[in-house]
Amino acid sequence: MPQPLNYLKETASQTAGPYVHIGLIPAMAGFDIFEKNFSNVLVTPNTKGERITLEGRVLDGTGTPLRDVLLEIWQANAAGRYNHPADRSTGALEEEFRGWGRAGSDFDSGLVIFETIKPGAITDKAGRKCAPHVNVWIVARGINIGLNTRLYFSDEEAANAADPVLNLIEQPARRSTLIAKRSERAGKVVYSFTINLQGPEETVFFDV
Amino acid sequence: MNAQAPALQDPRLNRPEPFASPLGDGGFFQRDRSIHPPAHAPGYKSSVLRSPRQALLSLENSVSEITGPVFGHNDLGPLDNDLIRNYAKDGDPVGERIIVHGRVLDETGRGVPNTLVEFWQANAGGRYRHKKDTYLAPIDPNFGGCGRALTDDTGYYYFRTVKPGPYPWRNYVNSWRPAHIHFSVFGSGFAQRLITQMYFEGDPLIPVCPILTTIPDKDALDRLVAPLDLNASTPFDSLAYRFDIVLRGQRSTYFENRTAGN
Repeated sequence: MPQPLNYLKETASQTAGPYVHIGLIPAMAGFDIFEKNFSNVLVTPNTKGERITLEGRVLDGTGTPLRDVLLEIWQANAAGRYNHPADRSTGALEEEFRGWGRAGSDFDSGLVIFETIKPGAITDKAGRKCAPHVNVWIVARGINIGLNTRLYFSDEEAANAADPVLNLIEQPARRSTLIAKRSERAGKVVYSFTINLQGPEETVFFDV
Repeated sequence: MNAQAPALQDPRLNRPEPFASPLGDGGFFQRDRSIHPPAHAPGYKSSVLRSPRQALLSLENSVSEITGPVFGHNDLGPLDNDLIRNYAKDGDPVGERIIVHGRVLDETGRGVPNTLVEFWQANAGGRYRHKKDTYLAPIDPNFGGCGRALTDDTGYYYFRTVKPGPYPWRNYVNSWRPAHIHFSVFGSGFAQRLITQMYFEGDPLIPVCPILTTIPDKDALDRLVAPLDLNASTPFDSLAYRFDIVLRGQRSTYFENRTAGN
């Protein structure tokens, strides 16, 4: 017998269930319990960068919006720097900008909204520029293990065309499932997205 | 172009970087999906329309995956890990008083320090404090049903609560969830993000639960079942259950200069 490797095994995932709000966004469950709560607003008045609203829905295989889904986003700041010690890039760190938020979908419309800033381009380990993007994690009743995807920005055509992750997607048509569309509404910049869990427009999900 | 520096004869012989430890790049071990429930698990009916059908696109970990949000004690309140007191209005909640404790580890066996663990559950009668839960069991006025903790330097966490009750749900006509507590764990990078559920040793509903049995691996299922831990019980007060949580291993070691997660 060779030596045993003795690695532990990862704990198995289980669905977040329909009542995920109780633990993660208790105000949406209908009560107030914690002194401090996490939210879908990532910015403070001091945050640098262009203010944007990310707004979208997650659709099931019939095209119906999920009304009990929870999304988290993780992103770099406007200088392309993540607020984490493993990011060794040279962009200026902003201690106040955590770069993370969570949002539950509206119980009627299924709409998911984040208030954040547009992240800067990232430099990967090989020194390549990666197009600005937001990392997304999706959990809900019926989702057995959290789904990872990304949102890119429709006004970054050149950067998107050169992005090493988008270019990993074999079918060019599927790349568009990750592009949030820019518009302006009452002076605010809104990026709209649709995440399709199934169907011909199924969003690209990653095994990270 | 102007005069160039002379080209290296063989750039492979002139690498500026010393050969680094294979465990030093901060990436995570590839996820072993055979121990997780598949996205499409027809016995759990809600998964049918909510499961991607295309293959996941495998990504080498980049800085976007090995980084993740950092939390601190400033994010928490003093009662956040005490579900017996954090929503009490005029007394303690009804139910078996229990302590749940354990460590958050990664697959190398190292504790994951200073990571956020969040938990939520039904009350002792199996009713959730949630505007969408309509089960006939009563709400407990003194029980909110959620809490959170940061692991210490060794990855240890603990909280106090009442044991949740089983409850019926719409899958088959007579489907009941075993008693369980939901857990959300972050780890040091966003690729370690995990939500799971803890079950209780000896619960006869475990082998017939359509959600729990989505897990194809018997050992992986057993690892979601917390044993009674009399050593951590408080005499004349609370029983204890032990629940360790393992996140994906990280390719960084204590021998490196400071790297992610250390």
